[in-house]
Amino acid sequence: MSQLHYALFTGCTAKQSTPELLSSTLAVADKLGIKITILEEASCCGASHLQDFDEFLAHVLNARNICYAEKLGLTMITICNTCQLNSAMTKHALDTNPELKARVNEKLAEVGLEYKGTSKIKHFLYSLIDEYGLDNIKDKVTVPLSNFNIAPFYGCHNIRPSELHNQDNPYNPTSLDELIDALEGHPVDYSSKNKCCGFHVELQANHTSEVLAGNALVDAIDNNADMMVTPCPLCHLKMDTYQDSIAKVMGRDIELPVLHMPQMVALALGCTQKEIGLNFHVTTTKIIEA
Amino acid sequence: MSRTDRHKKVTIKAFRFNTQTDYLPYYKSYEMEVGQDDLILDLLNKIKWEHDGSFSYRRSCRHGICGACGIKVNGKPVLACKENAMDLLELFNDELVFEPQSKKRAVKDMIIDKKDFWDKHEEVKPFVEAEVPTHPEHESTMSIAQTGAFLDADYCIQCGNCHYACPALEVNEDFLGPAALTAAFRFTIDPRDEAGKERLELTAEANKGVWDCVKCMECAEACPKDINPIEKITKLHNMQFEQKVARSNIATRHAEGFVRSIKKHGYLDEADIVVYSEGYLGMYKHIGTAIKMLKAGKIHFSDPIPFIDNVPKSKNLSEIQKLIEISQTNKL
Repeated sequence: MSQLHYALFTGCTAKQSTPELLSSTLAVADKLGIKITILEEASCCGASHLQDFDEFLAHVLNARNICYAEKLGLTMITICNTCQLNSAMTKHALDTNPELKARVNEKLAEVGLEYKGTSKIKHFLYSLIDEYGLDNIKDKVTVPLSNFNIAPFYGCHNIRPSELHNQDNPYNPTSLDELIDALEGHPVDYSSKNKCCGFHVELQANHTSEVLAGNALVDAIDNNADMMVTPCPLCHLKMDTYQDSIAKVMGRDIELPVLHMPQMVALALGCTQKEIGLNFHVTTTKIIEA
Repeated sequence: MSRTDRHKKVTIKAFRFNTQTDYLPYYKSYEMEVGQDDLILDLLNKIKWEHDGSFSYRRSCRHGICGACGIKVNGKPVLACKENAMDLLELFNDELVFEPQSKKRAVKDMIIDKKDFWDKHEEVKPFVEAEVPTHPEHESTMSIAQTGAFLDADYCIQCGNCHYACPALEVNEDFLGPAALTAAFRFTIDPRDEAGKERLELTAEANKGVWDCVKCMECAEACPKDINPIEKITKLHNMQFEQKVARSNIATRHAEGFVRSIKKHGYLDEADIVVYSEGYLGMYKHIGTAIKMLKAGKIHFSDPIPFIDNVPKSKNLSEIQKLIEISQTNKL
């Protein structure tokens, strides 16, 4: 296999409140011999909220991010479901609507850029599975996760709408389950795995947000999960940071460590504690450290 | 095996519940032969005609246009008359479970009480409201561009698939939901309509309108007419700003605050977006969480202090600032 080389769009969260996501991603890439070039020029994807305010501006900024991956001639990988969806939505809109593409390119020309549509956009989870390969990952496992029941939490923006992702069946996704299997962990089967965590209405519809996250956490716990894993740092923020307030809303105790997908891989590949960065979690991760 | 002789013997599980006689719902299995052209509706018919005549479901046109036969198969909202059974057997490894769109609203088997759906629809006035002279002298014509702006919103057949797939509605029953909001978009953008502003204001209401959408994309996935309701919800968000209906509140500041952050840093300033959306007085709600995040090193004491800037900056930030300057169309 020739060496894989990706342009990494980190997103905002990995550079701020979830630094452990970035460090574990880079550690995993390093262990697997995947070359990463960070797109330091990239801006925020708008996280669906900028889109609500000014959809056209969001397309312009996302197109600019993609331009930098195109310049490198690389696939752009994301480590956040929402970055993935918003980038993919812009790519889809521009690739299928020449008039919009022309309007966006007119703006980009002012800063000397042009969106061509030559780079693929892929979440790191799927580049690991499709391009690196689960069998190859399996070969590199040094610390099998065989002691753990792990609940995969897929996060909406990696699986829906399926026409933009073309990967997992949104009603029965399996990719994360397969990855857990490859790391010799035990995937937990529970019905909330493809549901919404409520992060995006955390501020304006807090009760909705807490109930949605609570339903998923409770479902995972009741199905004997020792931990949850998610490819999305926004799901992670909701599920890891707010367990106390969610417990109050749900009227029961909730304590479940939540891992980022790359952290889970990093654990199995024997990366260092510092790279994995469990210290940045709000909910205790004692069970994993022991 | 060629495609023409695809057929299979399978067991289908179906949700059964008669509100008049059953204390609790239950699931029953039915064995049947499925041919390659069978639709889910044919399988429902087989249950009724070959196994149990009391099995109940709505059906009418068999052409994907009346919207009566929406059900869920393994959690996937489908129009029974549009979905090929073999395709779904393949997608779900030969195990199919038929359920009504909303189990808690089940009246009999697949039949649900859709009152909440129709109430929400009615609320957005899903019709053109206009003063039309009793004896008009000419038709009210529309340009191709004007009808094009409806996108595909008027293809909605009111099947309810998106409505009953929406998790926000499951928690907050005041939320209008994707179907009613799509209808609101359809008629607000109609140039003949005169209730646009009033309707748009309804869609801006907290708890009811577009700001309670959780962005899960379930509606986009659920629509059998590929209408993509959340696309219309995003348009309504934008229209609220364009038509100056948006008022400054936590939700609108949260959306607009992204521009403010991106202009300064390229990235989102995570601390600023919360403070800016909530206002300093609203921050008391977040103290507990903030302390936990501080302890874990997720945020820092200096983050909310305006003159200490430790937010990472995008390279070539001036490009981003220039693009915002020349591309931004909306203001709060």
